[in-house]
Amino acid sequence: MQSTLGQPNGTAILFFVLVVILTLIITYFAAKKTKTTSEFYAAGRSVTGFQNGLALAGDYMSAASFLGISGMVALSGYDGAIYAVGWLVGWPALMFLIAEPLRNLGKYTFADVVASRLKSGPIRIASAVGGLLVVLCYTIAQMVGSGKLIQLMFGMPYEMAEIIVGVVMLLYVLFGGMLATTWVQIIKAVLLVFGVTVLTVLALAKFDFSISNLYTEVVTMYPADNMLNPGGLVKSPLDTLSLGLALMFGLLGLPHILMRFFTVPDAKEARKSVAYATTFIGYFYLVIPIVGFAAAVLIGKEPIKAIDAGGNMAAPALAELLGGTPFLGFIAAVAFATILAVVAGLTLAASSAMSHDIYVSVFKKGHATEEEQVKVARMSVVIFGIVAVALGILFKGQNVAFLVGLAFAIAASANFPALFLSIIWKKMTTQGAVWSILSGGLCATVLIILSPTVWVNILGNETAIFPMKNPAVFSMPLAFIVAILVSLMSPEPEAQEKFEDDKIRTYLGIGAE
Amino acid sequence: MTARDFTNSEKFKDLVRTRWTFSFIMLAILFVIYYGYIYIVAEHKEIAAIMVGKNVTLGIVLCTAVIVGSWILTLIYVVWANNVYDKKVESLKKDLQ
Repeated sequence: MQSTLGQPNGTAILFFVLVVILTLIITYFAAKKTKTTSEFYAAGRSVTGFQNGLALAGDYMSAASFLGISGMVALSGYDGAIYAVGWLVGWPALMFLIAEPLRNLGKYTFADVVASRLKSGPIRIASAVGGLLVVLCYTIAQMVGSGKLIQLMFGMPYEMAEIIVGVVMLLYVLFGGMLATTWVQIIKAVLLVFGVTVLTVLALAKFDFSISNLYTEVVTMYPADNMLNPGGLVKSPLDTLSLGLALMFGLLGLPHILMRFFTVPDAKEARKSVAYATTFIGYFYLVIPIVGFAAAVLIGKEPIKAIDAGGNMAAPALAELLGGTPFLGFIAAVAFATILAVVAGLTLAASSAMSHDIYVSVFKKGHATEEEQVKVARMSVVIFGIVAVALGILFKGQNVAFLVGLAFAIAASANFPALFLSIIWKKMTTQGAVWSILSGGLCATVLIILSPTVWVNILGNETAIFPMKNPAVFSMPLAFIVAILVSLMSPEPEAQEKFEDDKIRTYLGIGAE
Repeated sequence: MTARDFTNSEKFKDLVRTRWTFSFIMLAILFVIYYGYIYIVAEHKEIAAIMVGKNVTLGIVLCTAVIVGSWILTLIYVVWANNVYDKKVESLKKDLQ
């Protein structure tokens, strides 16, 4: 069959334009409701648990995981499914450890929570920098990945794809703030889950709706490839433990995810939103391997590799085979919308770190009028948007896959330990938190540079100095140990007093913003 | 009663203790499920290869079980929080008035 992948596709453009028009109409209405800082960053705390659950799922299910994991399953089978599992297990941990206290203690950013009982200046700068680093790594990975995907699907020049993503995303965030961003995420999550479901049903119809038949075909077609059994992905248990820790606790330090918890009215809704998010994300990762296996049988590994060596086009190619050009157009438009939504969420998180944490809280010591705060917030959105597009173009064609691992490793090692200890541990001090963020972040970054992904694959050295792919198993405990030792060496009685004062708010939600 | 007396009361301390004990037990179960699974697919690939149905391996069943299990853990937490934690919070809020 002749594929139209990579050529401008009328249906894809039509669906894409429809999605953009719909989201811009929502942005128009959201903009009318976005006047104050609380409305800009936290949607006026008016989002329900169900809506926030969908939006969280929207923030988390990226185009890279939809196209990447289905491609990985199509080419290497069961290993892709093992990888998919790792992306889900952070959500229960987020629920058990921080969702509710985060909601009760925070205002607009996770730095608010860390700073609530410590000396505001130093700790805000440290956590804002930690947060910005994570968002920056994540954004570069998203922008570069998305430019390539759009090029593959629409046949559009890379630079043009970057600029379209940048401009449309800026319109949402600049005018509609968190409310518009939330609705963009909700629409995208619904479209993605719907698209994946249709794709799975169409694929299973080819196997009489029997998963067992699908696996039989997989084994018959690839008898030598051992598609249904674990292969080379998990070699060293320590490496896998480390990657697992980074994925699990990195989620608990991702600023754009944590920020969503301030959009719901109270801790009960925060809890509900994690339950809904886990439901959608769990379902997503449960059906994605089916799409991958079906693509391996119905299209074949070689034709998939012929379109893109990484296998990223397995799902779109399957969509074209099963539903023709219109369905391919729909899936391509959904993938594009997915990229827009994820980048919008990241931009809002970066803007809150720059304007709320650094400009308003540190430079202005919290004394800024509502108009000034919103103005600075919008300015930082524009700055970050331009930076994102520029970095996307700058890193064109670079191997940036390691940046996602780096983002999760820094999130798990710099942001999570300081955040969690400041919620749970009375003796945490400002110095302890600052040194914990610095040591965790630095250790994670240096070890990633020395690891095979950067030292060998990118810098071209013979062997890696640090043998593992992800450093979290060292850098996260280091951040905890530094936080505890430094805190014990530098007692801060005021911080302990404030910890006690905050307890009613942390556990009962009385006095929460 | 000052705010400090209130947070130092046995009843409040019990709330804090119960909350974190439950959370850490749930986290421990999550660790056992996830790393137990990783241990099997890394170190005991022959267990994952056991056939449990026509061309369905134990590995596929376990993979599905980890995802469904994680989801069920979050639901258990919500049910627990609604029925146990929130009741204690309500009772403490009444004491405060």
